[in-house]
Amino acid sequence: MLMVGTMMAQTDSTWLVRVKPVSDSIPVKMNMDAVYDRPFLQMGKIPVALGGYVEANTAWFSTDGVSDGLSFQLPRLTMFMSSSIARRIKFFTEIEFEEGGREINIEFASVDIQFHPALTLRGGVVMNPIGAFNQNHDGPKWDFISRPVSATQMLPATWSNVGFGMYGKFYRDNWTLGYEIYLTNGFDDNIISNTENRTSLPASKENHQRFEESFNGQPLYTGKLSLRRHNVGEIGFSYMGGVFNKFQDDGLTLDRKRWLNTFAVDFNTILPITNTKLLGEWAWVSVDVPDTYGQQFGNRQHGGFVDVVQPILRRKLLGWDNAVFSAVFRFEYVDWNAGTFRETGTNIADDFRALVPGISFRPTAQTVLRLNYLYEWQRDILGNPPARTAGWQFGMSSYF
Amino acid sequence: MIRPILIFLFSIWLLAACEKTSPSLPDDSELLDGPVEGLSEAETRQFLAGDVAFNDHVFMASTGLGPLFVSTSCGSCHAGDGKGHLSNALTRFGQWDETGNQFLHLGGPQLQHRALPGYSPEQLPPGIPFTKLVPPANTGLGFLELVSDADILAMADPDDADGDGVSGKPNWISLPDYAIPRPDAVSQNGFYIGRFGKKAAVYDLLQQTARAYNQDMGITSTYEPFDTYSGFEIDMEVNNQTVQNVVFYLRTLKAPIPRDTDEPSVAIGKSLFEEIGCAKCHRSTLVTGPSTIGSLANRVFQPYTDLLLHDMGPELDDGYTEGSATTAEWRTPPLWGLGLSKNSQGGQYYLLHDGRVQSIEAAILLHGGEGTQSRAAYQSLNTVQKAQLITFLESL
Repeated sequence: MLMVGTMMAQTDSTWLVRVKPVSDSIPVKMNMDAVYDRPFLQMGKIPVALGGYVEANTAWFSTDGVSDGLSFQLPRLTMFMSSSIARRIKFFTEIEFEEGGREINIEFASVDIQFHPALTLRGGVVMNPIGAFNQNHDGPKWDFISRPVSATQMLPATWSNVGFGMYGKFYRDNWTLGYEIYLTNGFDDNIISNTENRTSLPASKENHQRFEESFNGQPLYTGKLSLRRHNVGEIGFSYMGGVFNKFQDDGLTLDRKRWLNTFAVDFNTILPITNTKLLGEWAWVSVDVPDTYGQQFGNRQHGGFVDVVQPILRRKLLGWDNAVFSAVFRFEYVDWNAGTFRETGTNIADDFRALVPGISFRPTAQTVLRLNYLYEWQRDILGNPPARTAGWQFGMSSYF
Repeated sequence: MIRPILIFLFSIWLLAACEKTSPSLPDDSELLDGPVEGLSEAETRQFLAGDVAFNDHVFMASTGLGPLFVSTSCGSCHAGDGKGHLSNALTRFGQWDETGNQFLHLGGPQLQHRALPGYSPEQLPPGIPFTKLVPPANTGLGFLELVSDADILAMADPDDADGDGVSGKPNWISLPDYAIPRPDAVSQNGFYIGRFGKKAAVYDLLQQTARAYNQDMGITSTYEPFDTYSGFEIDMEVNNQTVQNVVFYLRTLKAPIPRDTDEPSVAIGKSLFEEIGCAKCHRSTLVTGPSTIGSLANRVFQPYTDLLLHDMGPELDDGYTEGSATTAEWRTPPLWGLGLSKNSQGGQYYLLHDGRVQSIEAAILLHGGEGTQSRAAYQSLNTVQKAQLITFLESL
């Protein structure tokens, strides 16, 4: 005890310093820079910086009047490490511990070699740039406790794969155009063979072997174009697609190649005068489901979310120089199975919608306390009266 | 400084008011699922285990699904334990008389019309009569299982001895090896009285469950060990305990609770129902015998069925049958829960065995054969009386 106390007493408080995000050196930050737009701590002159974030929540939900009571969660603890290997060569990794350590995932681990601002080669475990949330998912950045259902249960955020690609930006006056292109390992048959009993892209996350080898030898193509207007906002258009099934094995044909295609549009902006932050994304998924499958597994899905964050108080408070209270509101919708029944011509329901009002308090930009009220409706495939879930969530999230 | 504190206090108040801001519990009479009252704690645990196996367990290729199948889980076809939809109707074929199914070698009696990737689903042999069967509601099955054979036989009138145009006879079926005849079982030349299924060709809930796992999902068990695709006996894909849990779940689902019973139109409709002869087959009251489950033993209940076969005429004759039933004979379907069917069929009725009609009146008008007199009596009612009769049926 004495030794520890002595060592702590001798710790030089200037040795561990908070450094600005790497992204601060980027002329115009876009959603694609989210992976570097994080605070880090650096030790002395060691060219390695560390960081991370943690989320802790409590929730009380009730579905159709039946509640499992209050529960406390540590949904994720994430550690970052970045390193400037040499001039214009850097490494970044993000390791996530989910649900108290039940899952440990390498969400990102890549080497970036910049040849020119318009051309950086990236290789390793990358986050496929479909929509905005997948790349920009850190808890402290969001004013809502639950992640968007469309991004995490329709699209598979956080969705990472091993692969290579390139990205870059072009600048002209107040405009910035960013692009990203990747070839990675991809999805598998779990999409249409899973315990969700519906077409589910996230079901492929169960296949951890995708970090070792492709399920079917076919690459997953992901590309995104983003356009930002200075002081106005950003809009992104992205595509992710590829063959998902095991169409041959040991040289023998098992099935034809079945494709999935995903398109997404995302945006973010801050309205002048009111300072209202608006952001959201919408995605469309099509999957070549075998005709021999039941209609439970749809071949088309779409959905998205829109967040509104309205600062209502920004001032020095309790010693925090720039504390902010905000009123927040989210709308979400997902149609898990778009189409009609062959037998009746009536709509296949299987849809979800939710409204999430709440408040958030940011004592600093890197820490957020959140209180959300969530009300959601989930209809089954037939469109029977929806299961209604509502509840309260309180939690905090902070970079460290 | 005051505003943040007020916001904080308001937040705490909201949290404290959790239960007032959440969806309310629907009235028990509006739901078909849920257990019978009075289960012991041990029985409740088994009910919940069965509930999970029935409603939440989705089979995949890796857990035994198929390769040929109709559905991926029990709950897929019985939303909220209610009637099913045309999209999950079964197709059966290959039997047209009491001599048994002639097409077992070609996939009979049930068509597995879905298949895992790489497999071809079964096709109906050309020119063979078939029938489509919409999944029935599951509620109250434990009560029906406990009606004694003697009580069923007492309602039968196979030769129409009373001359009322309504006969009614049991479906005499052969039992699978694993079925244990009930203590009060009545047999006839080695055949027993069936009571479940649209043709009453299933003896008890164990047979119903094991067969559904096998024929609907391609899941083998020690009870039904033969793979529907290969025809070979293979390892079991669902264990006995899970099957028994599902049987227990089905056995202890509550009976539907009638609604609006104090409404005058419901009372009048009920009188009309009896006056025009509907109750000759749709018997309002039956009783259960002894049971190890106290909540089910020796109970009086109102299912509106006699569990007997009735000839429904050419209107409902699809040319297919099971057991000793003729092709025009159907077991009287229980009418309890009828008014809640829309809530499990996507907001629209799909009635009769194949879901061919979308209204109760249309279903009544297709009652031929032994139902002809009642149908005619219904047609002679005035508009108000017809509405009262249907109001009564929707209150069940």
